[in-house]
Amino acid sequence: MRDRRVLLILFGMPVVQVLLFGFALSNEIKNTKIVIVDYAKDYASQQITTKIGASRYFNIEKNLLTHEQLLSAFKKGEIKEAVVFPAKFAENLADNKEAQVQIITDASDLNASNQIVSYLTNIIQNYEAEQNQLQQVPYRIIPETRMLYNPELKGAANFVPGVMALVLLLVCVLMTAVAIVKEKETGTMEVLLVSPMKPWTIIVSKAAPYLILSLIDLVSILLLSVFVLDVPVEGNLLLLLAESTLFILTCLMLGILISIQTSSQQVAMLISLVGMLMPAMMLGGFMFPIENMPYALQLISNVIPSKWYYIIVKNVMIKGAGFSAVWRETLILAFITLVLFLVSLKKFKIRLQ
Amino acid sequence: MRTLKILLQKEFRQIFRNKIILRIATIMPIMQFIILPLAANFEIKNINLVVVDHDHSVDSRKLLSDITSSGYFRLIDYDNTFDEAYKYVETDKADVILEIPAGFERNLVREGSQEIFIAFNAINGTKAGLGAGYLRTILTSYNKDIVVGLVPSMKTKEESGINVVPLDWFNPQRNYQLSLIPGILGMLVTLVGGFLTALNIVKEKEIGTIEQINVSPIRKRDFILAKLIPFWILANVVFTLGLILSYFLYHIVPQGNLFVLYVFVSVYLLAILGFGLLISTYSETQQQSMFIMFFFIMIFILLAGLFTPIESMPHWAQLITKFNPLAYLVQVIRMVMLKGSGFKDILPQLEVVAIMAVVLNAWAVLNYKKKV
Repeated sequence: MRDRRVLLILFGMPVVQVLLFGFALSNEIKNTKIVIVDYAKDYASQQITTKIGASRYFNIEKNLLTHEQLLSAFKKGEIKEAVVFPAKFAENLADNKEAQVQIITDASDLNASNQIVSYLTNIIQNYEAEQNQLQQVPYRIIPETRMLYNPELKGAANFVPGVMALVLLLVCVLMTAVAIVKEKETGTMEVLLVSPMKPWTIIVSKAAPYLILSLIDLVSILLLSVFVLDVPVEGNLLLLLAESTLFILTCLMLGILISIQTSSQQVAMLISLVGMLMPAMMLGGFMFPIENMPYALQLISNVIPSKWYYIIVKNVMIKGAGFSAVWRETLILAFITLVLFLVSLKKFKIRLQ
Repeated sequence: MRTLKILLQKEFRQIFRNKIILRIATIMPIMQFIILPLAANFEIKNINLVVVDHDHSVDSRKLLSDITSSGYFRLIDYDNTFDEAYKYVETDKADVILEIPAGFERNLVREGSQEIFIAFNAINGTKAGLGAGYLRTILTSYNKDIVVGLVPSMKTKEESGINVVPLDWFNPQRNYQLSLIPGILGMLVTLVGGFLTALNIVKEKEIGTIEQINVSPIRKRDFILAKLIPFWILANVVFTLGLILSYFLYHIVPQGNLFVLYVFVSVYLLAILGFGLLISTYSETQQQSMFIMFFFIMIFILLAGLFTPIESMPHWAQLITKFNPLAYLVQVIRMVMLKGSGFKDILPQLEVVAIMAVVLNAWAVLNYKKKV
């Protein structure tokens, strides 16, 4: 607590990160450079090109590149997508033959590639539909699409709960992981051990200040997401705070367990960061859909507390659901906390080696 | 040179003496590298669908079978009312509700058009957007089908059309692991190297041994180099193990020249380790150093363009990625491993990272003061 710099980082870090990632993380491609290789140069290819240019996703660059030139530009990473219109495009289209458009994407970055193909296909299909409409095609199904919870398809709605879970998890675990081990290293642990305090009082009193710190962090994150990122709390604020407190407790207990199990600060910190950062990010559910993972990994993901917290925040904060929707996840988190607490208590050695 | 040799001896001894740290630095990233790529599957298949069919006609059933047989959607349940279906979305059991109004078939024939209602759970905007795209494609082809079925004379007109051919260069099977594994390897190497160096000098400060070094005639440059080289070797070992594993486990064969890759990784490691040392010289306790490094590593990882494309970031965030060494590593690893890019192709990235390496290490040397 006395360390000003650590304190500054503790408060500053989550705030900066939520801001940064809330704004910066999204999966929506905007204004990427696209090369149009138009061998046809007829009205149809030009109309489609105009349409692509008019969408906010792409910035067009017309260039008649050969296959080799394209390949080398892709290899240099200068471009990530190209559209190729073969010669006689409009002619084929008018003659009722099949007219081909090639969309070349750099699939070494599949996320971007998926988006690009889907946007371009939509643009071209819309163009086709418009052309057909001019010819009066009867019988049409008109889909009326509603986007629930997040009508503007903002990335922040997905990433704010995810980043909240990730940042809280790591900050809380890291903070407490050093707590007990530091006393061991500096030798003050002996003083605590010879005092008549019970193990659980030591554990609880170690966790309490960090709980308060984390709650302050939580409140600042929430304020930011509502007022700066425009992601309002749809559900009950008290419920959200209560669930977050539970999650923070889980993390603190995890940190304390690491702290008890290790013998030096270095080990404690490396375990909580090198060991947890990537798994929490990748198995937490907000980056990759858990239902896509192999069964064994789905099982592993169950022990990652941030997964459950992410589900809770998504439901309460974004969807506005009540306790009835998240009681299961709450119970699981509570259970994990209890187990961690009991294990720490058991492992807590009253004697020095 | 002799001082450097002796200092290196000391560092290596310290590293190998502490078996736990050594284990954490090698086994943990390797374990993660074996397990985590399996989780990395962004593919949007199996979008869960709930249907509210008020029409129960031949056409509505045909539409449903078209949608479910597309392979993208999985039918969870039929419901009688929208509210019942909505419950599935609320509990995350379904992603889409498709509502077909009564009189669907009749209106389609009589009036030539009919609306259907689709509601997506759009918290994950990407999934919703892609799902909406798939549905539109299915509906378009369904429209064509019924037109052909009902008005045979339209047939010739409708058979033509634009055939969109997506070509997925460098990863034709659209394999997610191929796209992510090289980057994940880069990240793990960064984690190991970055955190270990960030903790190193500051540990000497905390336990007080730095004073002995300060009063000895060791040059600042030698001291920093001696801190740098062991971890540089360690990180290279981890990287090599990762490459071997990705070949045997995931069958990823580097398309480009491995030598080019190692040149880049070596320079990159100098930059990231220099950054760790720089932080270490600035902080007073291991805790401080760890938190600061953690702060930057999070930014490096999430803004590296691996999990979300850099193109999708706002302009200012794209500017930040220009200063993110990990973004260059992810780019280059992908280029060399998947696209087979050569030395000339990665030269611009190599230059930037080399400048970073020089600046960061020089800064660390300058900032390390031989005073207490």
